[in-house]
Amino acid sequence: MAHTEGRWTEAQPIVSLKDVRKSYGTVQVLNGISLDIMKGEVVCIIGPSGSGKSTLIRCINALADIQGGSIQVEGQEVHDAKLDKLALRKKIGMVFQQYNLFPHKTALQNVMMAPVKVLKENRVEVEKRARELIRKVRLEGKENSYPGELSGGQQQRVAIARSLAMRPDIMLFDEVTAALDPETVKEVLVTIKDLAAEGMTCILVTHEMGFAREVADHIYFTDKGVIVEHGPPETFFTNASDPRTRQFLSQVL
Amino acid sequence: METVETFFQWLRQSHGINLTIGYDAWDRAQFLSGLWMTVKLSVLSILFSLLVGVVGAWAQGAQSRLLRLPVGLFVTFFRNTPPLVQLYFFFFALGSILRVQNDAGMSVPMISAFSWAVISLTLFAGALNTEIFRSGIDAVPKSTLEAAEALGFTRLQTYIYVVLPLALRISLPSLGTNLVNLVKTTTLAYAIAVPELLYSAAQIWSEQLNVREMMTILLLSYILLVAVLVWIMGRWERSLRIPGYGV
Repeated sequence: MAHTEGRWTEAQPIVSLKDVRKSYGTVQVLNGISLDIMKGEVVCIIGPSGSGKSTLIRCINALADIQGGSIQVEGQEVHDAKLDKLALRKKIGMVFQQYNLFPHKTALQNVMMAPVKVLKENRVEVEKRARELIRKVRLEGKENSYPGELSGGQQQRVAIARSLAMRPDIMLFDEVTAALDPETVKEVLVTIKDLAAEGMTCILVTHEMGFAREVADHIYFTDKGVIVEHGPPETFFTNASDPRTRQFLSQVL
Repeated sequence: METVETFFQWLRQSHGINLTIGYDAWDRAQFLSGLWMTVKLSVLSILFSLLVGVVGAWAQGAQSRLLRLPVGLFVTFFRNTPPLVQLYFFFFALGSILRVQNDAGMSVPMISAFSWAVISLTLFAGALNTEIFRSGIDAVPKSTLEAAEALGFTRLQTYIYVVLPLALRISLPSLGTNLVNLVKTTTLAYAIAVPELLYSAAQIWSEQLNVREMMTILLLSYILLVAVLVWIMGRWERSLRIPGYGV
């Protein structure tokens, strides 16, 4: 579905990919990916390593460029030389596998930095919002801790709060629990579940099948740069038709 | 003061240790002015070389080859040639070209020996600082920069708020080593007759023939000067320390 810029409404997909192609040198990573995500939807992308999942969501906020096809976010073409990257990144929050917090800033400062420096918002208001966000991710009392003093799960929740401080419309989660030990995985997943329940549009690359099944509205299975199969979790996990999907599921479930 | 002078007189008479700077006002003034000159050379060269390092490292990381190439040549030149030869090159080769007529119509050097020493030491240490800061910048994880990019930071904002603060912390230990070397390298200014510590000590011992005493004083003075610098660097490092962070 092609949109005309500036005329996006909530009845249209908030994120729309059309035949997206990307290669690193001669290696084709994305081989014609098309998907539509509606506002408020929670979408999980699963698939074997190297199937292009992470690359796919990195393309959505222009951290990686594409060689073909089109990606639109709220009706705006992402891979356009004239794109206002700041406007795009205000709309899209991203959380990484390795948290990537700023190690020289406290948890509170990490959350406040982008709104103050990038959006030039009032420091006092930002601080109020940042403290609320830290409470929301259940880290009261850790405001003045440095990332190095926090556990992986706590750091990841600070990273989520840091993204939320920019008041995004869409959140991207790139294997955010892959580097965590099983006990702390849960605390991060609870935070994401809260967000999803509030109606945040979430796109997750994940290996947490149980979680995907529980929170996702739609699941995409990618392999070798294409979407092999997709559907709502009930049918996806029980009635997968593609043999590759079935084989993958039998290995991970 | 008099008791001090009496003590040094006694030291000379009863033990043969002739520390003229302890009882001779002229020698003492000469020694202190040498010490002060060394401090000035060190402080100015340190400050300017830090500036050269920050700008150089930034230029080396630039996209434009036109910017990277001259910085690469600059670093290679000053790192691969002896600092004494550099100083001679500035003072004798460039200094002989850069001369002006004074009011009396005489040809005088445009740049004093002291200024040449500062310029030469600044560029020598600045080239090494460039490499030190550059490696610090390289050590900042790309993923951290990517997080800043995803939050909407521009390249410059990322450089100022994320890269520099982290790179500085990573660079401080090697930076300290280089600055300590810089303080010791100020003795080269002796070769172009800048009256710094070594120069004034040599003046004193050639008049008073107290080479052993002045050598000892000279070495102790540098130990003290470097100790002060090391203490300052240590405090700086501690003030920048991040709880729970590796560097």
